[in-house]
Amino acid sequence: MEFSELIRTGQAQAELLRGPEMPPLRGTLCVTGHHLLLSPGPQATPDLWLLLLRSVDSIEKRVAGDAGTITLRCKDLRVLQLDIEGVEATLDIARSIEALSSLESVITSFPFFYRPKGLRLGESWHFHPPERYYKRVARETRAWRLSEANEDFSLCPSYPRAVIVPRTVDDDALARSARFRQGGRFPVLSYYHAPSGTVLLRSSQPLTGPQKRRCAEDEELLQAVLAGARPGARGFIVDTRSAQAAKQARMTGGGTEAKSAYPGWKRLHRPLERGRPLQESFVHLVEACGDLEQSMDRWLSRLDGCHWLSHVKAALSTACLAAQGMEWEGACILVHGAEGTDSTLLVTSLAQLILDPLSRTMAGFQELIEREWIQAGHPFQLRCAHSAFSHTRPKHEAPIFLLFLDCVWQLGRQFPLSLEFGEGMLLALFDHSYASPFGTFLCNSEKERCLCEVRTRTHSLWSGLNQPKEQRKLRNPLYAPNPLAIWPSVEPQSLRLWQGLFLRWTHPPEPSEVAWEKVWQIATDQEKTEGSQPTDSASEPQP
Amino acid sequence: MNKDIKVENVRLVDGISSKKAALGTLYLTATHVIFVENAPDTRKETWILHSQISTIEKQATTATGCPLLVRCKNFQLLQLVIPQERDCHDVYISLLRLARPVKYEELYCFSFNPKLDREEREQGWMLIDLSEEYKRMGLPNNYWQLSDVNRDYRVCDSYPTQLYVPKSATAHIIVGSSKFRSRRRFPALSYYYKDNHVSICRSSQPLSGFSARCLEDEQMLQAIRKASPGSDFIYVVDTRPKLNAMANRAAGKGYENEDNYSNIKFQFIGIENIHVMRNSLQKMLEVCELKSPSMSDFLWGLENSGWLRHIKAIMDAGIFIAKAVSEEGASVLVHCSDGWDRTAQACSVAGLLLDPHYRTLKGFMVLIEKDWISFGHKFNHRYGNLDGDPREISPVIDQFIECVWQLMEQFPCAFEFNERFLIHIQHHIYSCQFGNFLCNSQKERQELKIQERTYSLWAHLWKNRGDYLNPLFRDDPSQTQGTLHLPTMPCNFMYKFWSGMYNRFEKGLQPRQSVTDYLMAVKEETQQLEEELEALEERLERIQKVQLNRTQVKSKQSEPSKHSGFSTSDNSTANTPQDYSGNMKSFPSRSPSQGDEDSALILTQDNLKSSDPDLSANSDQESGVEDLSCRSPSGGECVPGEDSGKDRDSDEAVFLTA
Repeated sequence: MEFSELIRTGQAQAELLRGPEMPPLRGTLCVTGHHLLLSPGPQATPDLWLLLLRSVDSIEKRVAGDAGTITLRCKDLRVLQLDIEGVEATLDIARSIEALSSLESVITSFPFFYRPKGLRLGESWHFHPPERYYKRVARETRAWRLSEANEDFSLCPSYPRAVIVPRTVDDDALARSARFRQGGRFPVLSYYHAPSGTVLLRSSQPLTGPQKRRCAEDEELLQAVLAGARPGARGFIVDTRSAQAAKQARMTGGGTEAKSAYPGWKRLHRPLERGRPLQESFVHLVEACGDLEQSMDRWLSRLDGCHWLSHVKAALSTACLAAQGMEWEGACILVHGAEGTDSTLLVTSLAQLILDPLSRTMAGFQELIEREWIQAGHPFQLRCAHSAFSHTRPKHEAPIFLLFLDCVWQLGRQFPLSLEFGEGMLLALFDHSYASPFGTFLCNSEKERCLCEVRTRTHSLWSGLNQPKEQRKLRNPLYAPNPLAIWPSVEPQSLRLWQGLFLRWTHPPEPSEVAWEKVWQIATDQEKTEGSQPTDSASEPQP
Repeated sequence: MNKDIKVENVRLVDGISSKKAALGTLYLTATHVIFVENAPDTRKETWILHSQISTIEKQATTATGCPLLVRCKNFQLLQLVIPQERDCHDVYISLLRLARPVKYEELYCFSFNPKLDREEREQGWMLIDLSEEYKRMGLPNNYWQLSDVNRDYRVCDSYPTQLYVPKSATAHIIVGSSKFRSRRRFPALSYYYKDNHVSICRSSQPLSGFSARCLEDEQMLQAIRKASPGSDFIYVVDTRPKLNAMANRAAGKGYENEDNYSNIKFQFIGIENIHVMRNSLQKMLEVCELKSPSMSDFLWGLENSGWLRHIKAIMDAGIFIAKAVSEEGASVLVHCSDGWDRTAQACSVAGLLLDPHYRTLKGFMVLIEKDWISFGHKFNHRYGNLDGDPREISPVIDQFIECVWQLMEQFPCAFEFNERFLIHIQHHIYSCQFGNFLCNSQKERQELKIQERTYSLWAHLWKNRGDYLNPLFRDDPSQTQGTLHLPTMPCNFMYKFWSGMYNRFEKGLQPRQSVTDYLMAVKEETQQLEEELEALEERLERIQKVQLNRTQVKSKQSEPSKHSGFSTSDNSTANTPQDYSGNMKSFPSRSPSQGDEDSALILTQDNLKSSDPDLSANSDQESGVEDLSCRSPSGGECVPGEDSGKDRDSDEAVFLTA
């Protein structure tokens, strides 16, 4: 495909308005295959303004007289306004942006063309998270093995090639268990909690169906989990649907583990919102936050009406429940909902942040996202196709990953010294998950990424974020390793609207930026003082 | 009176979310309720000042005994379960009496003795000096003078004796104007804005009724306008809702008629009266007391209480005044009904926005001293220090303190003090441990000889100022000079629920780690290191000189190793959490070093502090199950979640009793 076919006009004169606190920018507007450019001329600062077309969520055009206005609502929740000279130019540019921003082909997307200076292709250290993680587990216990039964993605198209399973279960049994689980997502190890010797597993729902079918291998697999943990260990299945919904799922071939078939395992239901209702919650919240006419009198009930904070509370509560089961009850936990690619991952990844100090480091957090979201088959391409401004009815969009980031932000607010990364990291992940020059969040599964050769033909987000120049924005200067579990409060008084994200573009960021600078300054002052020993500065005495 | 009651085997449930009851002994002394836990290893003590007690409620007797619910004015909530009905009744009756003293002499400040000598006490009272403050504003000047018209409180008994008025306002005008104002609170200067030579004045409502006029009052306002030669009008801000102001006209009071006063612009702001505010707080506290509320319960309850809406109204008043003064260069006269509640709120918020000095530790004390204490805010009535009319009680200054907190949230680098400073001031407004907030006016305080018989809170706070500093405060002039500019448009999001105040005794709800304390510790350590560094460098220089003199290099090896030893050991203190908490303990200002005689103070201070979540150093160790919602698995007695019970196949109950 040629991008040029989609570009209706080369350039036009335009003025860009970027929000209440930013000065407008005038210059020549230009549409390229992947970007919208505005070049204000050589003297101006910045001398070039650039927007990735992929990050445009919705576009609105208006013409009046011999000029037009295009309003771009971006996936990162920014709202931009372009005042363009010429009616034809306006319409052409609008059409070009519309066509180019909604291209679905992965391999023509910008990450396949992005070649930044200073980064080399293939330069990222997250190629084999399950393998890397297995090494960590193997140091603690012999009860688990790395299976490559999914080498060709035939068992489960949304799993990576390698998964961690009980040592006593062979690949044939895995294959049968996979056939008994939706999308082939048989129970695999998500996290090994060394202090209590218990494990966190995830899967999809069992395909019990109306006949209440059973699968011996699936049952054996879960038995083997308990046997491998410690004598007398119990298990809890955290189903992220209501008991009612789980029961109803039987009618469509799904269902839930029958008590009698899985001795030692108890089932708990913790309904979490997903899919369209979650997307709508996001849309409503963004709408409410952008409503400048909103009066104080009704703001809180409107906030409540969006349900977003209720979802945050539910997600954190469920993750805490799973984490507590492991830490306090010494139990093994299996988490699943229906497909096991959304709220399941939300719960397992949050539980790890609560329990595992390593996942709270910069490197550990990146590995967690790579392992528990990207490789675990969260369908990013489907879920993040549109953000909160799209006019099209959502099909597969749901801000599950954003909900995860929000929960992490709440953790960081309650434990400001315990996460090595700061709010900037969470904002960057939100932005990149919806539109990015990097390949990390492309596609829906490992299988698709292999087909598209994403890992060899695009740059990894991690190599981008780990450049030294990014650190001041992303790192938390207050970080002090905390070897303990961090138990957040999930009471409404303790949860807050994430202003840094939802009000990022409408609220003047200045005071908080100044504060962040000051925090860095205090922290680095100390490092400097500690670093400068008198011996460094003093030259050797001359004889 | 039956002093010193002692009851054994009492159970104390501290807070809303607490599930555990502590067994111990309850003592009632002349000033405190003291609960000492039986647990031999801790013997933890809980001290409650009688003056902090807001309500005592006898609840239905249970198998374990008779519960008493004690709500405190600093938002602490205690349940005492007393085994014997008779004891419970005794405690109840005694507390009712103790919590409602009838004479000022019964209040704690008259028995509180921090063992300072007379001179120290006097110096303490001199720490905040309002005449210095007016000098700082640039007064007196060509247009404003100190008036002695209220000498011996002859004109207005709720005003101070030292007042600034326009030079052109003669005694005749002032007295005439005072007769036309409620409680004779005539227009007087609250703040002078040097940059624009304009003023913020305050008064009570005029007694205008439907048509009454007063020439002297009109002349008084004109004098205020003329005292700012640059501006051709003044704003008159009535902080009440228009309806309330109009209703007052029927009672012969009301507001200024723009036709009668030359060159005024009249403006209503709409802050509700003390009764509305009292009920609003009540409703919000009910929401705070909900056990494991859902998000909707909480948000709806908070909205229905109207609390944040009222906070916004007060801020709006302050913002309006600040803008008029700084942007339009116009003087403002502020009043409400009597001019001692809403007027104080509006003037002090405006001052805080306009003048960076008020955002410093000392400046904030000055602001409260000026706009609240000296201008006759009725502390005794509003905060129920002495037994009185419950309809007079209202959280007026609490609201102002919250406004400050809301601003601190918006401008993290603009204030020299931190949240703890605000919380401790709020605590002491009710504690009556210091004399500052006693009585209803300066006149009453003078008659009681407060300064000779009690101690000043300001000196106490100043002495411990290390606890109250905001590490993020930017004291470079370019940043802190001048007005705080609030975003004009989406202000709703600005107003947040202040759980650090209203849920402050619910440790589990607060952030577990304090950025403020951490940064202060880091700052302090940096300073120490710098000092050590300097000392070492000096030493090194000396050694080098010696070496040069001797032309020897043999000590070269031992010297660096010494340094690196020092440096690594210090590195480890800075970077591991264990040592970090050690650091916190060695925080000098945190361990009060008063004598033993002073144990009452130390204990109350300790209680106060340990109740601050941000002060518990190793919070992580203790953070745990009880902080989750009641559905948490280890909370044995909890009710199961929503969709348990119905589905027999599900195993809620098993997990819960596990």
